[in-house]
Amino acid sequence: MALKMVKGSIDRMFDKNLQDLVRGIRNHKEDEAKYISQCIDEIKQELKQDNIAVKANAVCKLTYLQMLGYDISWAAFNIIEVMSASKFTFKRIGYLAASQCFHEGTDVIMLTTNQIRKDLSSPSQYDTGVALTGLSCFVTPDLARDLANDIMTLMSHTKPYIRKKAVLIMYKVFLKYPESLRPAFPRLKEKLEDPDPGVQSAAVNVICELARRNPKNYLSLAPLFFKLMTSSTNNWVLIKIIKLFGALTPLEPRLGKKLIEPLTNLIHSTSAMSLLYECVNTVIAVLISLSSGMPNHSASIQLCVQKLRILIEDSDQNLKYLGLLAMSKILRTHPKSVQSHKDLILQCLDDKDESIRLRALDLLYGMVSKKNLMEIVKRLMTHVDKAEGTTYRDELLTKIIDICSQSNYQYITNFEWYISILVELTRLEGTRHGHLIAAQMLDVAIRVKAIRKFAVSQMSMLLDSAHLVASSTQRNGICEVLYAAAWICGEFSEHLQEPHQTLEAMLRPKVTTLPGHIQAVYVQNVVKLYASILQQQEQAAEPEAAQEVTQLMVERLPQFVQSADLEVQERASCILQLVKHVQKLQGKGVPVAEEVSALFAGELNPVAPKAQKKVPVPEGLDLDAWINEPPSDSESEDEKPKAIFHDEEQRQARHRQPEVDEEELARRREARKQEQANNPFYIKSSPSPQKRYQDAPGVEHIPVVQIDLSVPLKVPGMPMSDQYVKLEEERRHRQRLEKDKKKRRKKKEKEKDKKGKHRRHSSLPTESDEDIAPAQQVDIVTEEMPENALPSDEDDKDPNDPYRALDIDLDKPLADSEKLPIQKHRNAETPKSPEKEDVPVVEKKSKKPKKKEKKHKEKEREKEKKEEKEKKAEDLDFWLSTTPPPATAPAPIPSTEELAVNAVTAPDNTCEGLRREEAEDENDEAEQDPERKSSRHKKKKHKKEKEERTKDKKKVKKKQPEPEEEAAGPVENGAAEEEPAPPMSSYCLLAENSYIKMTYDIQASLQKDSQVTVSVILENQSSSFLKNMELNVLDSLNAKMARPEGSSVHDGVPVPFQLPPGVSNEAQFVFTIQSIIMAQKLKGTLSFIAKDADGATHEKLDFRLHFSCSSYLVTTPCYSDAFAKLLESGDLSMSSIKVDGISMSFQNLLAKICFHHHFSVVERVDSCASMYSRSIQGHHVCLLVKKGEHSVSVDGKCSDSTLLSNLLEEMKATLAQC
Amino acid sequence: MIQAILVFNNHGKPRLVRFYQRFPEEIQQQIVRETFHLVLKRDDNICNFLEGGSLIGGSDYKLIYRHYATLYFVFCVDSSESELGILDLIQVFVETLDKCFENVCELDLIFHMDKVHYILQEVVMGGMVLETNMNEIVAQMEAQNRLEKSEGGLSAAPARAVSAVKNMNLPEIPRNINIGDLNIKVPNLSQFV
Repeated sequence: MALKMVKGSIDRMFDKNLQDLVRGIRNHKEDEAKYISQCIDEIKQELKQDNIAVKANAVCKLTYLQMLGYDISWAAFNIIEVMSASKFTFKRIGYLAASQCFHEGTDVIMLTTNQIRKDLSSPSQYDTGVALTGLSCFVTPDLARDLANDIMTLMSHTKPYIRKKAVLIMYKVFLKYPESLRPAFPRLKEKLEDPDPGVQSAAVNVICELARRNPKNYLSLAPLFFKLMTSSTNNWVLIKIIKLFGALTPLEPRLGKKLIEPLTNLIHSTSAMSLLYECVNTVIAVLISLSSGMPNHSASIQLCVQKLRILIEDSDQNLKYLGLLAMSKILRTHPKSVQSHKDLILQCLDDKDESIRLRALDLLYGMVSKKNLMEIVKRLMTHVDKAEGTTYRDELLTKIIDICSQSNYQYITNFEWYISILVELTRLEGTRHGHLIAAQMLDVAIRVKAIRKFAVSQMSMLLDSAHLVASSTQRNGICEVLYAAAWICGEFSEHLQEPHQTLEAMLRPKVTTLPGHIQAVYVQNVVKLYASILQQQEQAAEPEAAQEVTQLMVERLPQFVQSADLEVQERASCILQLVKHVQKLQGKGVPVAEEVSALFAGELNPVAPKAQKKVPVPEGLDLDAWINEPPSDSESEDEKPKAIFHDEEQRQARHRQPEVDEEELARRREARKQEQANNPFYIKSSPSPQKRYQDAPGVEHIPVVQIDLSVPLKVPGMPMSDQYVKLEEERRHRQRLEKDKKKRRKKKEKEKDKKGKHRRHSSLPTESDEDIAPAQQVDIVTEEMPENALPSDEDDKDPNDPYRALDIDLDKPLADSEKLPIQKHRNAETPKSPEKEDVPVVEKKSKKPKKKEKKHKEKEREKEKKEEKEKKAEDLDFWLSTTPPPATAPAPIPSTEELAVNAVTAPDNTCEGLRREEAEDENDEAEQDPERKSSRHKKKKHKKEKEERTKDKKKVKKKQPEPEEEAAGPVENGAAEEEPAPPMSSYCLLAENSYIKMTYDIQASLQKDSQVTVSVILENQSSSFLKNMELNVLDSLNAKMARPEGSSVHDGVPVPFQLPPGVSNEAQFVFTIQSIIMAQKLKGTLSFIAKDADGATHEKLDFRLHFSCSSYLVTTPCYSDAFAKLLESGDLSMSSIKVDGISMSFQNLLAKICFHHHFSVVERVDSCASMYSRSIQGHHVCLLVKKGEHSVSVDGKCSDSTLLSNLLEEMKATLAQC
Repeated sequence: MIQAILVFNNHGKPRLVRFYQRFPEEIQQQIVRETFHLVLKRDDNICNFLEGGSLIGGSDYKLIYRHYATLYFVFCVDSSESELGILDLIQVFVETLDKCFENVCELDLIFHMDKVHYILQEVVMGGMVLETNMNEIVAQMEAQNRLEKSEGGLSAAPARAVSAVKNMNLPEIPRNINIGDLNIKVPNLSQFV
């Protein structure tokens, strides 16, 4: 043995290490492959040795060779050996090699399970770390299942280094083993609040990845993320969270509203461009998710657009690119705001950077109008000519078509121009988008009746020069346009100038080199043409000419009969026989044109692309039922051939879980649809008896034959689109002139006013879009839909999406069966039953609640699950319904209209609100309200469960805000603020005489518990100059004015300004208040000198300063859970008032209370609202305001009963004015 | 998610190839080649984003790259990553290399591909960003290097000596490899806070 060791190390001396290998390869530049194969042979020798160091060295070299493209999977077993070395140095090499070359197909990978487990639990954090890193690259479903539990344990490791890696790898585990998501999720969630920023960031990372794929399951985490967003300073985390919110807002518009403010703040405050950009992006997403009719957000849009403009104008190309990217998102919903930056975007079209040009192209889509379409397209066409590289050119082509065809050709005023653009595009070399052009040609020709004549003439020219189109670019599919050309010429042959010539063009031998599906269309349309020629010639009484045409057909059709394409052959032979028959009849002198034309009678209308999907399934037809019995594998099933459908279904149902069954069905349905779509022989039920327009088949069908011909094509006789631009200008000009004339004639008397306008009209080519009348009589035929089509728009999800498996509801509590598999001894491989399983539980913390649940019966558990889920959902509702502190404006402004409706709605909602306020115990009563139950799928609460809940700490936590949550469809503060408000002023009159008018307002601040500031506005009403003003009050025991130091209590406080005539200014005086529970009045005097031309007089004005209790309150926002806690606490005394004869809307009422009494709305439900405020001395004041038909009742709770009753009295006075 | 991290030089020679999704080796090489051609065409003063398109994963993926002296660092990422964030991450990665190798140059990457991988593993794990704090990354690397040293390293000293002797017999020892301006200048770009 010892000898062997020695031998091994001697051998090693001659081994190359990695550096030697690299050096060697660099020295054998000319015969690198040979040298490497030699090295691989050496490596193979080295791997055979027992010395682990030698092996590790070999594996290290292999890793390098792998990078150079050599397959090293043959060494997989040796890699595992190195992985299991005890030294970190070797282990790391092994894991690196494994991470580079192991994958799900590596068969030895299953041997690693135990090694990895051992490493994961190694005392050295770096062993564990290296194992986690390696595993993250090659985790398989089996490994994920077997190791999920170990990794989950590591998520609570003491070292943050391990924790963050464990958290991160969980995402991979979830992907491979979706069952682990639910058991592991609670802990993952905990990690969001890990003290280590790295771990926190990892957790955010994982959840963001998860949520991106299935956002709806993570909505309930929004409050947590919101908290993180407002507290975190790590830009990485912030970016991730903000991106996540971008994915969540489309699902929950209320979330968006909540986000706008903090995001806007971030936009203003951050210096990191990356963060700024993501904020802008998410604000855009929010704005998109909100209904566009909200005028208040125009500021946010403006902000975004403004910031983006700065990005686009930046010299940094990266920012420019991103700015354009984000701009295109705004474009979708707010095209107007982007349009104003057209100049900038057109400028970007000329950028040297292709990425930027592409982005600018995207934006153009929204920039066009009737006015500038031609100009923009012209510009694009010049780009098409200049463009190098087919990708960019193809992109240009699709964009041109997109831009022109958008919203039903809305911006096209001249379809002749458009057709010629399309024809020009056919001359592009090497484009892949022939079928796109073809589809446009067909679409326009079919839907714009007026253009058909022109289209036909253009198409016949195209057909004439088909050899050019087809031969030069056959491979690239531009020949697809011939499909359209042939069809249009055939279908609308009555418009053809020289049908005979076109017919001959279509029967040229060269045609047979075209792809089959195009030939087929040729054949079919040749007959249409033929029919119309026959008709013409019979009408003209030229039987010879007619016979000549027939003869031509008989001669030329056989070339199609020989076609290899089945479709072409079939059609051709069919038609050949028909024509031969016609020939026979013609020989006898029988007029045949009528009958031949009858073959193609009737008009074609376009059918909407979704029409087929929307055909309703007739009642009683089960498309998923088997028509015949499914082919069975087992003989036993064959023995029972008489099973009816029903039995069959049941048997299947027994085999599978019901959900799986449905999914499976859906998948099968999808597959069948796919199959039917691809099956040319499948007869689709046609929605109407008309012929249906078949879409051009894809380019895949075109045989790959490349014939190079790089001669620039200029087809004689084809119109250039450019000429249309000029023509159009002239036409518009003429139109304008005519209009102007008419106007002038009509409104001669108004000539004077209009003059300016006219002049502008004739001098500048500006005009509004509406003024431009289209050149052709455009009647766009709308697409047909089947009668009683279903308005369904299900989005087809890709059934193969690997992330779909992770669409798992995370809010349901864990069931017993949901546990991560735990390693057991080898002999314990019996199927795991849930009872046996909980023996060696490692993560006790998270499993505790489960054990408790187990004590209860199945049924209860079910109920509870449901409840918990709802609770979660409500948690979110609830969080969304409250406004975060910064979002609450000091004085919500009321509305007039919208809430008149609310005031009328259900009175039982009102009492619901009441109960909610009073105490939680009354929940049970509330339960009995049937209406509410039905409207909100209310859960049931049994006392038992309540008790049980108290056992469980976590749940109690969630429960607390519950009484609040009962509210149906809570309306948040924000909504109230957005309504238009009647003007309100908090300043009230203090005193007035002929010289001066004094109004005042009292402001309290939470920072100073015994001080209020009185702002007095002094307005000079006289023509005198007022100066030396001094304000003095008679202090009471309770309230004293703060005077400058050194002055006595009887001295007044000078007003620090003078007032010229008609001027007003504001002065502030501070008062110290001892007790605030009572309102009080202070007598005072303002003395001043009034000076005018006659001289100066000494004047004074007495006043009484009224400190209401409300003036000691400070608007303080309150979360509803805190509010609920407060109410529950029972330390508050209660009182109530009722005011009748109120006509004002509830919304305005609330606003009044908020404004005059400094309350904030905690939550509002219909005509009931809870409000909160706080006094400067810390008294909590809670109100429940309810509106009846003509009355308002206010129930208040406050830590001081005197204060409350005084407040309510004041409120009564306010309300009485309503 | 990051789909792939590629480092290659101005001639397209791969210096680090790290895929987080399985591709057979020949496809990997093809991707490296195509990426190289895409990136090579681009001036240094145009934007650092490229729509990879058919290359990897489809339209959701972008190539985000930076060009330092002789090397291109290319990250292929999907839409869940912030573009500017990844640019900063590349910068962090390169700065970390600079710290760990002390004035990193292409040769360091050539001869110590394994070390570069280990550093990368501390930055990105399984396609997800693990750590962005450079000091933390460097600290972890140093700790691991110490651990390796205490174990005696891959090749113990005597063996290395022999290997040197053996190398002397080779006719051509590439002592004077000339790759031009080797030092990767790490510009002080706006740091990601």
